[in-house]
Amino acid sequence: MSQHSTTYVPKSAFGKWFESRLPIAGLVHSSFIAFPVPRNLTYFWTFGAILVFMLVAQILTGVFLAMYYTPNAALAFQSVEHIMRDVNYGWLIRYLHANGASMFFIAVYVHIFRNFYYGSYKAPREVLYILGVIIFLLMMATAFMGYVLPWGQMSFWGATVITNLFSAVPVVGETIVSYLWGGYSVGNPTLNRFFSLHYLLPFMIVGVVILHVWALHVPGQNNPTGIPIKSGKDAVPFTPYATIKDVFAVVVFMIFFAYWVFYIPNYLGHADNYIPANPAVTPAHIVPEWYFLPFYAILRAIPDKLGGVIAMIAAILIWCLMPWLDTSKVRSTAYRPLYKQFFWLFVVVCLLLGWLGSRPAEGWYVIMSQICTAYYFAHFLIVLPVLGFVERPLPLPNSILESVMGVQKGGAGLPSGANAEPQTKG
Amino acid sequence: MMKRTLLIAAAILGLSAPAFAAGETPVPPQLSWSFQGPFGTFDRAQLQRGFKVYREVCASCHGLSYIAFRNLAEPGGPEFSEAQVRALAAEYQIQDGPNEAGDMFERPGRPADRFPSPFPNENAAAAANGGKAPPDLSLIAKARTFERGFPWWITDVFRQYSENGADYLVALLNGYVEPPAGTEVPAGGHWNAYYPGHIIAMPKPVSDGQVEYPRNEAGQPQAPETVEQYARDVTAFLVWTAEPHLEARKRLGFQVMLFLIVLAGLLYFTKKKIWARVGGEVEGHATPPMTHNP
Amino acid sequence: MAETTTHVAEPTRRDFLFIATGAAAAVGAATLVWPFVQSLAPDAATVAAGAPVEVDLTPIAEGQIVKVFWRGKLIFIRHRTAAEIAAAQDVNVATLRDPETDADRVKADHAQWLVVYGNCTHLGCVPLGNAGEYNGWFCPCHGSVFDTSGRVRAGPAPINLPIPPYTFASDTQIIIGQEATA
Repeated sequence: MSQHSTTYVPKSAFGKWFESRLPIAGLVHSSFIAFPVPRNLTYFWTFGAILVFMLVAQILTGVFLAMYYTPNAALAFQSVEHIMRDVNYGWLIRYLHANGASMFFIAVYVHIFRNFYYGSYKAPREVLYILGVIIFLLMMATAFMGYVLPWGQMSFWGATVITNLFSAVPVVGETIVSYLWGGYSVGNPTLNRFFSLHYLLPFMIVGVVILHVWALHVPGQNNPTGIPIKSGKDAVPFTPYATIKDVFAVVVFMIFFAYWVFYIPNYLGHADNYIPANPAVTPAHIVPEWYFLPFYAILRAIPDKLGGVIAMIAAILIWCLMPWLDTSKVRSTAYRPLYKQFFWLFVVVCLLLGWLGSRPAEGWYVIMSQICTAYYFAHFLIVLPVLGFVERPLPLPNSILESVMGVQKGGAGLPSGANAEPQTKG
Repeated sequence: MMKRTLLIAAAILGLSAPAFAAGETPVPPQLSWSFQGPFGTFDRAQLQRGFKVYREVCASCHGLSYIAFRNLAEPGGPEFSEAQVRALAAEYQIQDGPNEAGDMFERPGRPADRFPSPFPNENAAAAANGGKAPPDLSLIAKARTFERGFPWWITDVFRQYSENGADYLVALLNGYVEPPAGTEVPAGGHWNAYYPGHIIAMPKPVSDGQVEYPRNEAGQPQAPETVEQYARDVTAFLVWTAEPHLEARKRLGFQVMLFLIVLAGLLYFTKKKIWARVGGEVEGHATPPMTHNP
Repeated sequence: MAETTTHVAEPTRRDFLFIATGAAAAVGAATLVWPFVQSLAPDAATVAAGAPVEVDLTPIAEGQIVKVFWRGKLIFIRHRTAAEIAAAQDVNVATLRDPETDADRVKADHAQWLVVYGNCTHLGCVPLGNAGEYNGWFCPCHGSVFDTSGRVRAGPAPINLPIPPYTFASDTQIIIGQEATA
């Protein structure tokens, strides 16, 4: 078996000269080549790479769209149609960008729920995890403002409904809203500043992603067993093992992505957004993009305006408390028979909330939203803390290798003790 | 417990979705279109007939402002000849200017011009049509849809059903039927079976035999000159105006899919070969409870 | 010894210097933020475009609702029928979410004219006229119901449809954006 060096030694004279001035090759080598990766990672762990791909894809397509797009209330709709009709491959770039947002969110939701299932948010990965929540919030802001840019009916009314949420703030609410709008209603100044911020925020996401990856490389990756790497045999070097797996997964994801773009490019959008914005007519149903629906359902479940806004914001911010709300000593749900059932119940409740968010806010739907919202918060505030005390987890394996291969079997991995994860309460 | 939850969820979804889908307006019937599916293409003759219907029936009230005459000759559309398009454009008067004297003037259209709208602005359109401006038709096939309800919105993903706009338009054009007994239709409104709320401002736009279709050698019209056929033809034309690169999109899509699948296959075997160096890939965890090492 | 003296004598002066420098820098930073925040507010042209507009009421038939824009905001002008006025007045104000009498919401001697902002006070959608349980307005977005005085009667909207500033220039003309001077 070939030797996997853990430290980078430049071979050429130029390499030595450069490395002593900017040790970036060494950084890349230790982070993405020699970095020890648990050998039992499933495809759920490839979504990090998929998300990096989606971020880059969105920025690239977005930059090219911005070369033709006009952020002006009188011209925006027309300029998008110009891209769709006259710009060479404009339809492709725009459909990639529009569907890319949905793909980005599909990937991020898989990533988030993988983290919930395997307890990746627990010590020592709290900061890594909270940085992830921040990225998610930035993604939501970026996606919302991006949806406003084509200036169709749903753009306009979505912007009106969401910016009006801020008017629920006592005393200064109305002032905040007029500062968001730059006028007395959603209009040209609003569109202009949304474009500016929609272009800025992705680069802020890049910044937080760098911190997220940095924070990942301190404790190393979690894995399906939830127990840390104990010896070199538990791990393989990042390159080529994780790299090739990630690349394969990204290409499979691209097939999925391409299906939407080429065959049903408007399925995830709203027909109303092909009607130019009209401030005098509200569409019959104002529905946000699918990825916001669970939170929209929570907003509407609370009959009070301010209360609804607070509940919606709390629904995401409560994620930040998970590392401390979860009292279980075991990370991976694979060894938590009772929690496993609650986890799937939580998934069902989230899906139900998403569906309810797309329904009109009346009758049965409101009552169901209220029940689901109550359970959503109960999951974090009751289930997570209580279960840690009452649940008897299954016995944990001694090592990753034992779990997946039996104790003695197994091929070559890293030299032993290469990068033991700091011992935690698990 | 999880199973029970799923069952309850399924029961709720199953019960409430049809109730919603049933709604007030019927769901338009699904038609078969030449441009459906992964290899769909437009029927040129149908697009040309559809353009004729638009021009002779719809154009008096509805604009087509995102379409230029030149588009009619471009590949993937009705594909009229360049000469036909030039002649057609010249039949329209286009406002241009200002000239040297500073005045606006009218001149015959050129292929690069867009279709002139029937009204100078939306208020004029509304004023001339009982208070409601007839919508521009360039994007109408993508701007109209209907709710199909659970579980169809899931199956639609797999069968690539994206013709809801087209199906709705045909249903609407054929939907001018007698209102149910006892229904009061307000002045200026018309009863339509498929229009949401049923009262539509547009009167029945076309009747049988109104538009003459090109004849074949036998002197018979290429397609039946009926409202049913007019509706299908003009709808196909409007699907093209809404999505002029539909054919290119599906063609490129097939090539991209093919390439990606081959690449994914190569990557899969490369990955297997690389992982063989460490004794093959292992994933996940043993199914607990495992035999525990003392 | 001397060192100790210095150590004791200097701190207050040096602390003050640190605090003063830090405070000056903080004030400077806060001042720098000000113009950027203010640039987000409605600009001078937008404010100027909010000058009062005159609306002629003669073409508005009884029972009709007309939409006009002022400051980019939608305004409903409703010519109420006698029945609608009666319905609006015949309400126990104490039972309302946002208690206001109908008389407070129209101008004296002009009870047939109701002028309200046309965006739902919940999240800004345009409610549909002559609809809903009270035949006033019904908001299709989240189901708020308003009566013929524009007061919220059901649904999530927290307050009544607000009344824009306006005044009657004559019996058939109002000026929106201008309060009566008398």
